[in-house]
Amino acid sequence: MEKFTKLTGIAAPMPLVNIDTDMIIPKQFLKTIKRSGLGVNLFDEMRYNLDGTEIADFVLNQPAYRKAEIIIAGDNFGCGSSREHAPWALLDFGIRCVISTSFADIFFNNCFKNGILPIVLPQEQIDILMADARKGANARQTVDLEAQTVTTSDGQVFPFTVDGHRKHCLMNGLDDIGLTLEKVSAIDSFEAKSAALHPWA
Amino acid sequence: MTARTLYDKIWDDHVVHQAEDGTCLLYIDRHLVHEVTSPQAFEGLRMTGRKVRAPSKTIAVPDHNVPTTLDRANAATMTEDSRIQVAALDQNAKDFGINYYPVSDVRQGIVHIVGPEQGWTLPGMTVVCGDSHTATHGAFGSLAHGIGTSEVEHVLATQTLIQRKGKNMKVEITGSLRPGVTAKDITMAVIGETGTAGGTGYVIEYCGQAIRELSMEGRMTVCNMAIEGGARAGLIAPDEKTYAYCMGRPHAPKGAAWEAAVAYWKTLYTDEGAHFDKVVTIKGEDIAPLVTWGTSPEDVLPITAVVPNPADFSGGKVEAVQRALDYMGLKPGQKLNEIAIDTVFIGSCTNGRIEDLRAAAAILKGKKKKDGIRAMVVPGSGLVRAQAEEEGLAQIFIDAGFEWRLAGCSMCLAMNPDQLAPGERCAATSNRNFEGRQGRGGRTHLLSPAMAAAAAITGHLTDVRELMSEGVSG
Ligand code: SF4
Repeated sequence: MEKFTKLTGIAAPMPLVNIDTDMIIPKQFLKTIKRSGLGVNLFDEMRYNLDGTEIADFVLNQPAYRKAEIIIAGDNFGCGSSREHAPWALLDFGIRCVISTSFADIFFNNCFKNGILPIVLPQEQIDILMADARKGANARQTVDLEAQTVTTSDGQVFPFTVDGHRKHCLMNGLDDIGLTLEKVSAIDSFEAKSAALHPWA
Repeated sequence: MTARTLYDKIWDDHVVHQAEDGTCLLYIDRHLVHEVTSPQAFEGLRMTGRKVRAPSKTIAVPDHNVPTTLDRANAATMTEDSRIQVAALDQNAKDFGINYYPVSDVRQGIVHIVGPEQGWTLPGMTVVCGDSHTATHGAFGSLAHGIGTSEVEHVLATQTLIQRKGKNMKVEITGSLRPGVTAKDITMAVIGETGTAGGTGYVIEYCGQAIRELSMEGRMTVCNMAIEGGARAGLIAPDEKTYAYCMGRPHAPKGAAWEAAVAYWKTLYTDEGAHFDKVVTIKGEDIAPLVTWGTSPEDVLPITAVVPNPADFSGGKVEAVQRALDYMGLKPGQKLNEIAIDTVFIGSCTNGRIEDLRAAAAILKGKKKKDGIRAMVVPGSGLVRAQAEEEGLAQIFIDAGFEWRLAGCSMCLAMNPDQLAPGERCAATSNRNFEGRQGRGGRTHLLSPAMAAAAAITGHLTDVRELMSEGVSG
C-alpha cells in the first residue's frame, strides 16, 4: 500500500448527498479479477453518455478537475455495497482523500486499506471547503495527516481526527495481515479455547 | 456483572486481542465467499505464499454473475468476464480446499440464502462475507457483517478481523402487523424513519412483538436491509423458532453437541437494563405496505401516498430528490398506486426464500399477470426452487405468466444477463433502488413479494390489500 503523509492537490466539489457505490463504480466493472485499471470507469454513469462520450458538465470532466486528488462530498458518501472496487477506482483515478460530513461504514474502512484518507468534518467546514473547491484548479487544498489538518487554498486550517492505528498504517504503508500474523499465538489459543467451549462453531 | 446487550455478548465472546486504543482482533466463525469480491483476495494469498487458515469455516458459492435461465450449463450464456470470475472461484475453492457449492450443485444459490439453509449460520457466531447484505445472518442472533476485499484476504489468512466496536441501537416494533403488511415493510419503514445513514456506526438489535411474531425467513428479510439503514449489522435474539430452523440442517450440531449449543444460545439475549445508545420505536399497526419512489432506500412511502415534492425536503436532499424524480420519470403529486410498471422481479437475498414465494403465489393463484408485463421469479437457492416446485408454487407462477428461473442474484444487481433497459420500470423485491442498479437507466421500486405480485396483475403499483381475498394474510 502506498503511504499517505501530506497531500497538496486539486479538490473536486461533489455536493450531492448519498453518493453510493453503484455511482462510484457501476457493477458492470466489478467483473475484473484485478485491482487496477478501474479509474477510467470511476463515476461511469455520471461521467459518460451511452455512446461513451463524456458528459461535459460532470465535475471530473471539467478541465479544472481532471487531475483532482481530493473530493469534497455531500453527506453519507460511499453508501451501498461493500465493493472495494469503489476505493480502487478512486485511487486508480488519482483520488487520495475524500472529505465529507459522513461516510458509510464499510466504504470508510475500505479506504484505509487502500491508502485513501477519508476525513469527516462538520457541515460549516465542508461548506467552506466546497466553496474553495469551486474556485477551480488554482485553489489547491492541503491535507496533512501527520498534523491532522486540512488547509484551504486561502490558508484556513481545519483540524480533523483519525484513529491512531489507521493513521500509523496509512503513514507507513503497512499491511494489516502482516501485523495480525504477529499475533498468531493469540489466535491459536483462542481457537483451542473455543474448540473446547463451543465445539460446534 | 454489568448488563450487556446481545451485541456486547457476542462481541465479548470473540475478542482474540484488544489493543490499547480499543482496536480488537475479532475471531470469525464463518467466512462466506462469492465470486465478485474474492478473486483479488485469493490473488493476494498466492502472491504472499499464505494459506487459508480455516478452510472448514470458509464457504464459497457463485451467485452474482451466474445466469438464471435453464440453459445456463451452456457457457455461451455468460459473458467472457463473468465466466472468468466464476472459473476463478472454482479454481480458488479447489486450490485452497474450502467448502464449495458450484453452479452445477442443486444447493447453489445466493450466498446469504445458502449459509442459513445449510446450517452454516448459527446463533452466537461471527459471520462475514465480502458483501454488504451479510447483515441477513443477524436474524439468527449472529454478528454478521459485510467486509471489503482486503478484509476478505485478512480473514482468509488469519480467521480474524480488525474491528472497533460499534454502538448499540435498539429498533423496537411493537404490537402486530396488519394484514398485507410483511417483514419487508418493517425493514423499509425503519429506513424511512432513520434514513440511510441513521444506523451508521451502530449495530441494530430488532426486537418487539412484531419481530418475535416473524418467521425466520421474515427475520432474515428485516436484518438483510439493516445495511440500507447504514448499520453494519442487524441482530435478532434467537428463540425457539431459531432453534427449530437450525435443527437437522447439514452443518448444524447433532446429539450432545446440539444440546450444548442450545444451552449456550439460550444465554444470547439483551440483559434487562443494558444500555442502548439510540432507540427507535415503531408501532407495528402503523406500518402500511410500502414502496420506494426515488433512488435511495430511504425514499419510501405508503402505497396510498403520492410522489413528494423536492421543495418539501431540506439541505442536500432537495437536489437529490429532484435528481431522483428526473431519473425515475415521476412528478410531484402523482399517486403512487397509479405508476405503471414494465417489469416485476421477485427474488434476491431479501425476498428469495420459500416464504416469499408463498406470499407472492397466494396473491397470484388463479390470476394472470397483465399483458405486456415482463415478470420473473428467481428463487434464492436451488433448494428453494425445488421446494417451491414440490409445493405447487412454481405452477402458480408459470400459470400466471411468470418466468420460473434458476437460483442467483439475477436482476437484483444485473451483473448477469437479467437487466432492465434504460427507462424500464420495475417492481422489485430486492433491496436497492440506486440509479442503474438493475441496469443502466432502469427504474426500481422496492416492495414486498405480495406487493410485487399485485403489481404484476394490475400492471401498476398496487395496494395488495385490495387484491387479498378473505383469509389470505400477507
Ligand atoms: S441478491 Fe442482490 S443484494 Fe443479495 S447478495 Fe445478490 S446482489 Fe447482493
